[in-house]
Amino acid sequence: MPPAPLTLRRTALFDRHVEAGAKMVDFAGWEMPVQYQGVREEHMAVREACGIFDVSHMGEIETSGPQALELLQRLLSNDVAQIPIDGAQYSVLCREDGGVLDDLFTYRLDVDRYLTVTNASNHAKDLAWFQAHAEGLPDVRVEDRIDDWAMLAVQGHLAREIVQAISDHPLPERMSAETRNLLGSDVLVCGTGYTGEDGVELLCPTENAVELWDELVKRGATPAGLGARDTLRLEVCFHLYGNDLSEARGPIEAGLGWCCKEDTRFIGSEAVRAVRASGPAEKLVAFALDGPGIARQGNPIVGGGEVTSGTLSPCLGVGIGMAYVPVANAAVGTRLEIDVRGKMRGAVVKDKPLYRKGS
Amino acid sequence: MAQASYPDDLLYHAEHDWARIDAADPTLGGAGPVATLGITWYAQDALGEVVFFEAPAVGTTLTKDASYTEVESVKAVSDVIAPLSGDIVEVNEALSENPATINEDPYGEGWLVKIRLSDPSERDALMDAATYRASLAG
Repeated sequence: MPPAPLTLRRTALFDRHVEAGAKMVDFAGWEMPVQYQGVREEHMAVREACGIFDVSHMGEIETSGPQALELLQRLLSNDVAQIPIDGAQYSVLCREDGGVLDDLFTYRLDVDRYLTVTNASNHAKDLAWFQAHAEGLPDVRVEDRIDDWAMLAVQGHLAREIVQAISDHPLPERMSAETRNLLGSDVLVCGTGYTGEDGVELLCPTENAVELWDELVKRGATPAGLGARDTLRLEVCFHLYGNDLSEARGPIEAGLGWCCKEDTRFIGSEAVRAVRASGPAEKLVAFALDGPGIARQGNPIVGGGEVTSGTLSPCLGVGIGMAYVPVANAAVGTRLEIDVRGKMRGAVVKDKPLYRKGS
Repeated sequence: MAQASYPDDLLYHAEHDWARIDAADPTLGGAGPVATLGITWYAQDALGEVVFFEAPAVGTTLTKDASYTEVESVKAVSDVIAPLSGDIVEVNEALSENPATINEDPYGEGWLVKIRLSDPSERDALMDAATYRASLAG
């Protein structure tokens, strides 16, 4: 782990969070709102209407030039050549041995221009990795754009309606990203999210973030913090880097084989191919406790494995989570015993996602 | 409760716990004073909505300054530190159904356990409300 910085970075919306009564916490070196009124209320606002998250701590790397595709194809696990202009794609960034450095969304802005969104905790590492592999490729530019963009996630079934009302053109569809004029500024509107709900993520110039936030809140988006972001993503079994993904494990174990296209010969593809062929020793499963209690990251599982994410599901009302377990215990319906700080708690391996609309 | 509050009739521990020492209560049997324990307004506010509390068993021995149970929010688990030593004589069973009572009424319905003190002189090491309030401001 890099040493903690002496001063935390703040997003353009810091004052808005404090004024709204948010509890601010250190998240990957950024002073971020973990909750405003309460995790549960904010979670339900997203599931039932619309929430807005400041995720400006996430980083952006722009890769451009005639060799941009060549570089990204080497770095990213997915087949970058398949992204249409204005398209979006999820992938992982692997080391040679297949260990996961980060999981990322890449948006194709133009023929030879791509924007890759990084996790805050990995941004510096990812940028150095991109730059190191760009050496020797004369026709590619790798630029750090973290200071240029603020990022707002507007999520929930009313999100598109709320954003549409201030957009000059119809919003892009799911898994695409196009520039729209919102309140007089050019904003990259991305049909992506991390909650399992419909919605958009907005990449806007940092100086326009406050005006955009205020207008969307006024139109009915409920400010939601990183606490709700975590419970929402875990109910739908989206991975969190640092919990469910790490350099110590590969994408096949994590259930991310679907975004690995070994034929593109990305860094780590040989290791991924080998694990895919032989089968992984352990797998990431979703579970729900069948009694009281909440399992947490790091809790060991009897018979091997460990919980990597755990919380109380606001929608399901029980302890849920994800865990790496030996493949013999990975089948849906398998009973697990989790050692929750010395107390044995029973759990059952469940289908992903744990929460579905209407469940 | 939305506003910070630290009643004057309680004793406070630096780990954000309170104790209310009652006169000996004959209904609880045995001898010596009984104390009711809970977490302070500051502790419940820092934690957020409590979503899980499993009371320790009656008879469990508490040691001053050591963790004796846990309260959990959606985000985190927090150890609860014993402000005084003694054996549990009663637990707040209602909290397993409605753990958020700890947030709503931390000094009343949100009490956690009652203990019979094994060393009543330990109270001298606890803070009064003014001292605890000052410690939070620092």
